[in-house]
Order: sequence, then structure tokens, then C-alpha cells
Amino acid sequence: MSEMSKIVRTISNIIFPFIMIFGLYVIAHGHLTPGGGFQGGAVVASGCVLLIVAYGSIWVFDRIGIGKLSVFESTGAVGFIGLAFLGLILAGIFFKNFLVGSNIIFGNIPQTLSTDSNFNTAGVLPLMNFAVGVKVIAGLFVIVLVMAFASCSKEWKK
Amino acid sequence: MSIRTIVAAVTFTILAMFFVFTALYLSFGVPKATQMDDYIILNTQKETGTNNGVTSVVFDFRGFDTLGEATILFAAVSGVIMIFRRLKK
Repeated sequence: MSEMSKIVRTISNIIFPFIMIFGLYVIAHGHLTPGGGFQGGAVVASGCVLLIVAYGSIWVFDRIGIGKLSVFESTGAVGFIGLAFLGLILAGIFFKNFLVGSNIIFGNIPQTLSTDSNFNTAGVLPLMNFAVGVKVIAGLFVIVLVMAFASCSKEWKK
Repeated sequence: MSIRTIVAAVTFTILAMFFVFTALYLSFGVPKATQMDDYIILNTQKETGTNNGVTSVVFDFRGFDTLGEATILFAAVSGVIMIFRRLKK
């Protein structure tokens, strides 16, 4: 897939930051509003796929190495399973929400019912959302990138 | 009929009977299916302080489900990269 016309590239340059911000917002507010790590990660990954469509997979493949994306995905997976094991170590139960009720971070439990403005709540859920979000971003993006690069590679066809 | 076919048939029969009898002796509907739903709906905001109940179910009450989902994604990425590994520079 080679790069498209200048119109498409310009529009992609304008739209790309907004898609990034919206996806990161969905990840960061996963415990308050609809969405979460998977959904926001899919939004951000589709924004990155827009780059592949506009600039061509070879351009993206040269600038973003697969090794970096692999490191990102492994970081997300290790963070997720590490938080689960921290629950096992600190509270005795696998996947225990050990930050709820503590005063460290995200430990607040509102007296009345929780609303959209109570950001400092939910314990480990925002951290898990972030880990899964990083994992989904890197995973979906690397799948599309490798397949798009393989479809236009001369070396693969022979 | 060779000996391999007979052994395979006997093994398959034993396994199938195991599954069928296990399914026959299960008791479905006890406890009632709505009990866990009611518990989650009533206690989600008190226990986790989360406004979004779905996220608290996905990451807290049923964390194992999300762990399996993440494992599937990891396996998919590993498979794709392994298939196209010849493209690496």
C-alpha cells in the first residue's frame, strides 16, 4: 500500500490528534464513563491505522519498529498480570482490588453514590484499564501493520 | 479393523460417556441465576466506588475473563508475527 494523495494526507494530519485524544480519554475515564481499556485502545489503534492508509505501510514500517510495539504490548501484559499478582501478595486473593479504601491512589469511596466527577475512585481499575489499553493499542496496530506490509512486499510474493 | 481403531473407539466412547454423565448429574438453576446479578447491581458502587459498573465487573468481579481475553490477543499477535517473520529486516 503506497501513500495516498496530498488531500488524504492533510486531512489525516488534522484528524489524527483528535482521534488520539478521544481514545486516551476513553482509556483514562474507563471507570467513570462507558468504555475502558479495550474500547479506547481500539480507537487509538484505528487512528494509527489511519496513518497506514494515508502514508503507506512502508513509511510507517520504517519509522515504527515492530520491536518497539512488541515491547509496548509485553509491558501492558506484564502490568496487567502484575497488578493481579499484587492483589494475591498484598491482600491474599488473585485479582483482589487492594487499593480500594486505602489512601494511596484511586482509593476514595464516595459517601453518596458515585458520579462522573469522582475520578479518584475504583482502586486498581484505572491502572488495569491503562495496562490493557497499552496492550490493545500495540497488539491491534502491529497486526494491521504487519499484514499491510506483507501485502505489498516484493520479498513475500516470490 | 486394526488395533489402533479399536483403541481409539474405546477411548472416544469412555470420554463421551464421561461428558454425558457429568452433564446429566449437573443441577442447573440452583442457586437462582438472578442472585449474582442482584448482588453486583446493589454492591458495585459500595465495594469499588466505581461509577461504571460494567468496568468493575470486567476488571474486578470477573478478572479471569479479562485475563483470558488478554491472553487471546497476545496469542493472536504472536501468531501473526510468527507467520510473517520472514519480512523482518
